[in-house]
Amino acid sequence: MSKRIDVNDLNVYYGNFLAVEGVNINIDAKSVTAFIGPSGCGKSTFLRTLNRMHEVLPGARVEGEVLLDGEDLYGSGVDPVAVRSQIGMVFQRPNPFPTMSIRDNVLAGVKLNNKRISKSDADALVEKSLSGANLWNEVKDRLDKPGSGLSGGQQQRLCIARAIAVAPQVILMDEPCSALDPISTLAIEDLIEELKTEYTVVIVTHNMQQAARVSDKTAFFNIAGTGKPGKLIEYNDTTAIFNNPVEKATEDYVSGRFG
Amino acid sequence: MSQTTSTRSPLRKRSLTKNRLPGWALWAVLAGSVIVGAALSSLAGFHVVTWALFSAVLFVIASYAVTFAVEGRRKAADHLATSLITAAFIVAVLPLISVIWTVLEKGIPGLTYNFLFTSMNGMSGVVDNETVANGTSVLGGAYHAIVGTILITFWATLISVPVGLLTAVYLVEYSKGGALSRGITFFVDVMTGIPSIVAGLFAAAFFGLIFGPSTRTGFVAAVALSVLMIPVVVRSTEEMLKIVPNELREASYALGVRKWRTILKVVVPTAISGIASGVTLAIARVIGETAPILVTAGFVNSINWNVFSGWMTTLPTFIYRQLMNPTSPTNVEPSLQRAWAAALLLIIIVMLLNLVARLIARIFAPKTGR
Repeated sequence: MSKRIDVNDLNVYYGNFLAVEGVNINIDAKSVTAFIGPSGCGKSTFLRTLNRMHEVLPGARVEGEVLLDGEDLYGSGVDPVAVRSQIGMVFQRPNPFPTMSIRDNVLAGVKLNNKRISKSDADALVEKSLSGANLWNEVKDRLDKPGSGLSGGQQQRLCIARAIAVAPQVILMDEPCSALDPISTLAIEDLIEELKTEYTVVIVTHNMQQAARVSDKTAFFNIAGTGKPGKLIEYNDTTAIFNNPVEKATEDYVSGRFG
Repeated sequence: MSQTTSTRSPLRKRSLTKNRLPGWALWAVLAGSVIVGAALSSLAGFHVVTWALFSAVLFVIASYAVTFAVEGRRKAADHLATSLITAAFIVAVLPLISVIWTVLEKGIPGLTYNFLFTSMNGMSGVVDNETVANGTSVLGGAYHAIVGTILITFWATLISVPVGLLTAVYLVEYSKGGALSRGITFFVDVMTGIPSIVAGLFAAAFFGLIFGPSTRTGFVAAVALSVLMIPVVVRSTEEMLKIVPNELREASYALGVRKWRTILKVVVPTAISGIASGVTLAIARVIGETAPILVTAGFVNSINWNVFSGWMTTLPTFIYRQLMNPTSPTNVEPSLQRAWAAALLLIIIVMLLNLVARLIARIFAPKTGR
């Protein structure tokens, strides 16, 4: 239930503005890959190109190819909706649907697409997804209560449960812990550790300790200056990036000497 | 050591409360200005309005002077501003209370079972003359006008809400700020300011072209009202859709949900409470229209349930007719009573609509609680 991603010569644009330039990266299946780098260097933008969420913004476009187990996501005739149902995403701010209960939030991917599902299957899916997101024990007695009544950390885990309920191949996480306290962050990090046994996980983070803790491989993005495109500077095993980086910029950034 | 802190210094206490008016001071000023105001008012022939006016002006001046003398300029300015704001509030609310009071006072006697469930069919000046001569209760009512109001407003809503809702969805969700969307926004703004009689003339002329001159039915009136309603619905729905957080749309897209389903199942349900109250406000705006109804639906005294043929009456045109052309030119009281009762009924209907909108808003509002 997981696929690898290979990106070849990807340029990402907002209108005429080149935001990210010439990215080549190979992301292994069933691994955790972390993207680190300063603000505005294009790591979130690049992450959003991996499930074609980038083009939701007006004027945004992409050149190059992104291969999901060899299939080009940007090939002609590819339906972005089909791509997104295979590659799930968790956002920076927890965003459960305010009109839905906890249970309906988990089932959102099924119900919003009007797929028929029997009540017993739905119950099983809710329990499996919430257990997978380490949230089941906390909410099992109040599944009919609104999702917005949960704490921030619980809401974020609800969003992860919602993402894994549609059985994706890959889960993208855009700074999933930046709005959370250390305890909730720990819960999410433990969860990422478990998720990688079944899914390919890609995570953007500002927290270098977090990248060091959870990821197998780390990619360092940087930007030469404002108005210049972001670039992938170095991509390697996490231990190598943090202990023995090849590039000077990477060493400066991970050791805190940057800027 | 504890001695110094526990000792209460009478001097210090006074230094904290100095330059402060006691609590009763302003009440005393108020009482004084009311008395002096009464005296001034009786100089020029006593009247409640001049009394209140003189007292208010005196109070504002006296309280400013007193606080200025004791508490200083800053406090005095504060009191002056408070007085002026309160005065503005009273001036704003007085007409409202006065209208509701008058309508209640004059409308309640006429709001009988007979008024609600009989029409004016066969009611002539002779009947009203006999009523006044014999002192019996007023015959004839607004049943036909109630039916007309409900039917015409219903059809106007039926036309406006889908058009307005879909226009707003296009503007917020699909348009990319191009010429079309800017054109729509501009014309919606222009339409908001269209005088209602122009909308009525438009509908009358439009149907006149197709079905022959002086085609007057309830449906023509509904079209005229929807011309007035659509811009209001578009505007309010647009604002409501705009405040739905983009994160919810992205969350839905990221689950592999198509755009139209996202709009239908996530965006509109999140905004539905605001949309419902916007629609209700639009209905409340058009339900009281008089001029466009007169030129599009005409005026009748009998009940007509069919909006597609025959003339129709609504409550506002009923009120207008009863006031301007009383059924009996010599005894106008029965007609006046019917007009006031119809006015009260109209206010009640609008209030009920508001309640319904609040109910809808509460049912569909994003759920809270743990």
